[in-house]
Amino acid sequence: MPDTTERVINLIAKTQHLDVAKIKPESTFEELGLDSLDGIQIAFALENEFDVNIPDDALPSLKSIGDIVKGIEQLQAAKSAAAQ
Amino acid sequence: MSRRVAITGAGMVCALGANRKDCWSALSRGESGIRPMTIVDPAQLRFQNAAEAIAFHPGDHFDDKELSLLDRFAQLAVAAAKEAIEDAGIEWTPALQSRTAVITGSCVGGQNTIDEGFVELYRKNGARVNPFTIPRTMANSGASHICMRYGLTGPAWNVSTACSSANHAIGHAFWMVRHGLADCAVTGGSEAPFNFGFLKAWEAMRVVAPDTCRPFDKDRKGLILGEGAGMLVLEDMEAARARGAQILGEICGFGMTSDAHHITQPTLEGPASAMRAALADAGLAADRIGYINAHGTGTPTNDGTETRAIREVFGSHAAKLAVSSTKSMHGHALGAAGALEAVATVLALRNGLLPPTANYVTPDPACDLDIIPNQARALQVEAALSNSFAFGGLNAVLAFRAAP
Repeated sequence: MPDTTERVINLIAKTQHLDVAKIKPESTFEELGLDSLDGIQIAFALENEFDVNIPDDALPSLKSIGDIVKGIEQLQAAKSAAAQ
Repeated sequence: MSRRVAITGAGMVCALGANRKDCWSALSRGESGIRPMTIVDPAQLRFQNAAEAIAFHPGDHFDDKELSLLDRFAQLAVAAAKEAIEDAGIEWTPALQSRTAVITGSCVGGQNTIDEGFVELYRKNGARVNPFTIPRTMANSGASHICMRYGLTGPAWNVSTACSSANHAIGHAFWMVRHGLADCAVTGGSEAPFNFGFLKAWEAMRVVAPDTCRPFDKDRKGLILGEGAGMLVLEDMEAARARGAQILGEICGFGMTSDAHHITQPTLEGPASAMRAALADAGLAADRIGYINAHGTGTPTNDGTETRAIREVFGSHAAKLAVSSTKSMHGHALGAAGALEAVATVLALRNGLLPPTANYVTPDPACDLDIIPNQARALQVEAALSNSFAFGGLNAVLAFRAAP
């Protein structure tokens, strides 16, 4: 299974119709030309891909691929902790 | 031909009450109608609160046979129109009926009916849906039922411009009466957005607050959806005076613009130019405006942008303007929002009392207007604006004056 960063990059490339080679782990939304409406679409795709719920108020703080990866890993950790 | 246009009747039903009197009573007390949701079970939703018209009982207005043809949004439209027409005390004649326009606003029309049909097909594996799904769902059904009930045979249509629907409807009705294309108009908007499918769509949009609607507050978290209807009766001022009608107020300007920018993010210039256009149409200098009923959705984006747009249009006069968002009380009723706010604005001018922005706790430097926090203000102003700025970048602003 590809790691979280790779899955996030692939997902953003697919949903935003971007060249996957142009998305780096350190890329910001601004560099990629993505706005808040794109952010909503990405959050929707992430929730389906990783089976997590991203809170509405977390969205404004997600500004880069790195922020997303960190956020997803935190949500997954919280989910598995809750399941135990 | 250019005539002055009187508002001779008004009807309102929303989370604040089933009639105008109860709604105004709540508005003047700063009482919010936002409560835990009941029409839809919110267990599978990210937000739990809504501004439902809980005091509205369809059976008070319609028999079962009539109800079979009326989605909730059309029920609300007809109920508010009935109150407005009775309030205006109009005696219909065939001549007047043929010269009366009915122009309504609704963003999504009979969504509840189509949602019920989808549940039947996709969840219950049914083979057929309600045979009245089409006539109940169509967004003009509110306007059509108002026409049929009162025999109004003049121009009639429905406007759908998301959250600006009602302001676009009222503005066009105003222009038709002003320019002699109609002698009378029944106009406003209605919306009933509470069904599971549509609420999930709002959830996905991530603009609905998990708590309440706090316009212009630093801790605002989004809008709260509302339902309801507002309707006005507009008449040629001279004809209204000649028949001894009550004059609740005057509608005197309408301005509309398009941002031509982004499907959900507003610009500064679009709203500002719509306010300027409404002032120009009314022939009012900016410093004559004493109150603005703001679009004020309570979303992080709208309220800051609207504040800057108001400052841009009004300059130093912005410091003397009272501005409030009554969405803090009746919620965001989408295509009906402008109609509820038009009634609130007309009553504010009539009663010399400006309704407040409820639920206000923490000032936001980005929203540094006099927003009438929590308590209504006794102040007779000469003229007022009511703003609506829709998704899709479509802006519509109405201007009103106190009755002459």
